[in-house]
Amino acid sequence: MSTPEIVFAGTNGGVLTDIAEYEAVGGFGALAKARAMAPDEVIDELSTSNLRGRGGAFFPTGRKWSFVPKPDKLDRPHYLVVNADESEPGTFKDREIMQRVPFRFLEGCLIAAHAIESKHVFVYIRGEYELEFEVLVAALAQMRPRGLLGDVTVVLHRGAGAYICGEETALLESLEGKRGQPRTKPPFPAIAGLYASPTAVNNVESITTATSVLELGGANYAKLGVENSTGTRVFSLSGNVVNGGNYELPHGFPLRDLIYDVGGGIANGRSLKAVIPGGSSTPILTAEEAGRVTLDFDSLVGAGTAIGSAAVIVIDDRCCMVQLAVRVSQFYEHESCGKCTPCRVGTKWLSRILQKIEDGRGSQADMDLLLSVAERINGKCLCPLGDSDAIAVASYVDKFRDEFQAHIDGTGCPFEGGSSLDHVLAPVMMHSASPTGETLHGLARV
Amino acid sequence: MKATGLHDPFPARPDDPDERPADTRNGGSRLYDEIQELRSRYPEALSAVMPALQLAQERNGGWLPEQAFRDVADALELTPAYCLSIASFYDMFRLEPVGAHVIEVCTNISCALNGAQQVVEAFESELGMTAGETGAAFTLRTVECLGGCGWATIVAVDNRHRLHVQAGDVPGIVAELQGADERGAHVDA
Repeated sequence: MSTPEIVFAGTNGGVLTDIAEYEAVGGFGALAKARAMAPDEVIDELSTSNLRGRGGAFFPTGRKWSFVPKPDKLDRPHYLVVNADESEPGTFKDREIMQRVPFRFLEGCLIAAHAIESKHVFVYIRGEYELEFEVLVAALAQMRPRGLLGDVTVVLHRGAGAYICGEETALLESLEGKRGQPRTKPPFPAIAGLYASPTAVNNVESITTATSVLELGGANYAKLGVENSTGTRVFSLSGNVVNGGNYELPHGFPLRDLIYDVGGGIANGRSLKAVIPGGSSTPILTAEEAGRVTLDFDSLVGAGTAIGSAAVIVIDDRCCMVQLAVRVSQFYEHESCGKCTPCRVGTKWLSRILQKIEDGRGSQADMDLLLSVAERINGKCLCPLGDSDAIAVASYVDKFRDEFQAHIDGTGCPFEGGSSLDHVLAPVMMHSASPTGETLHGLARV
Repeated sequence: MKATGLHDPFPARPDDPDERPADTRNGGSRLYDEIQELRSRYPEALSAVMPALQLAQERNGGWLPEQAFRDVADALELTPAYCLSIASFYDMFRLEPVGAHVIEVCTNISCALNGAQQVVEAFESELGMTAGETGAAFTLRTVECLGGCGWATIVAVDNRHRLHVQAGDVPGIVAELQGADERGAHVDA
């Protein structure tokens, strides 16, 4: 395949964890180039590339950096915080980037620090990524004796298991030593972020790609991909597909080709039922819709969904969509931080109503209630966690209403015994402690 | 001198490590000093609370007893209650004892679509316990997405991720862990 490798360039399918090997393929050239440039020139290069955030929000990286005030305008320390708290179900690209090209990632951190005139880099890495943490520790140990860090300090900060900390203001709270609960915005992190100081928060893949933008030049990078979605993207392919894994492809790649050519098609000779194109919070596509879209911002927005974190979850014909909704909703219920009432209470309501429908105890009124609760969550909270549940569930109802209706008209799940999600255990109640130990059994089964 | 006979739960601790009474709890006084090192990495001390709790958990056999909150609070000039409020927010801090090995099976969408439930059931039958339970040798849990969706099913064994686990692999994993423990016991003897 003539796919340009940008993020994984020079790896030949392997890893670049030895500093000499990374230097042999031109490593740290981009950093030298950036440090020879004025900070504003680096930001201009990023703006020319039209690189947009790879964490899910697709915000232009250059513009984000340009919002950080110059040190003479705001005399507080400036911080670069890297969001390596990848936890959106379906998404596993950042961990492979950190494992395979740790130096390109750390080089990007130093380039970004130069651009926003920061001397302090914090990498907030999810706690479950123990191996990746160790790879970064080893990479930094190789960089220090070579003086590559200059006067910049890089601190690796491990998370401890909270999806919400992928939301940037919750991440900053957590990094400050508090419970990871989102803040009101404004002020935005660029003005008052970490320790109420100017802060840029960027995703691992965005930062790693910044290295490549400096290497290639912004204008050359912008030639890759399609309009409004330049460059390549590391797509996380999972679900009922033969070859799951991460694939770096240019934006604009047909979703169908990712599943059937790159991914080897649907596993076990089944047929395609639906695709979640950008992580579990993005609206679902039917098989027919999935055959029409390309993997870029405009095409997916046109189809009523989003590219999100570029995590493509493939679902075959065995899956019951009500069970899928229950499991997705249980995840958001479990991860709700509890700060905003519509999310804290609403996600629980969604799970309960969906479970009732799945069990065959639901009525027509429950369908109305389900969508009404979803509406009452959507857009009413500080962060989009609750919205994600509401939007995802509403999309399953919208696209597969017949299945929901069959659960209500009949006396149980029409897929019972044949669905791939039958009786899946969700860890909903596992975290609450009880002196009697009762919670050990407080599990919810789909 | 104290006017009452009340026990002071948080006696002031001298800054000089040599003047401090030897701390024999949970591996000795190193924890206090190591937390000071963690603290020095951050512009504000409060930021060290998570890494300090992580370290305390590691030193306490994988969970956080009441004493651990006192130790961390002591080292960072916080209250034990504050430290508990942090630990209770995050899934990876454990407020109850865990077994010698912690087995966590991801049951989020991509793993579930690929038979995670059968993997959970295989562990339940192999270990003779229900997901969520803890015994001396094992803790078995189901967890939310571990970030390995394309390599389903993901099972974290003592925080190390095993990829492409199927129900049929489970007896081998359990035997391997039990075998390692037995070899360890022989070495100790």
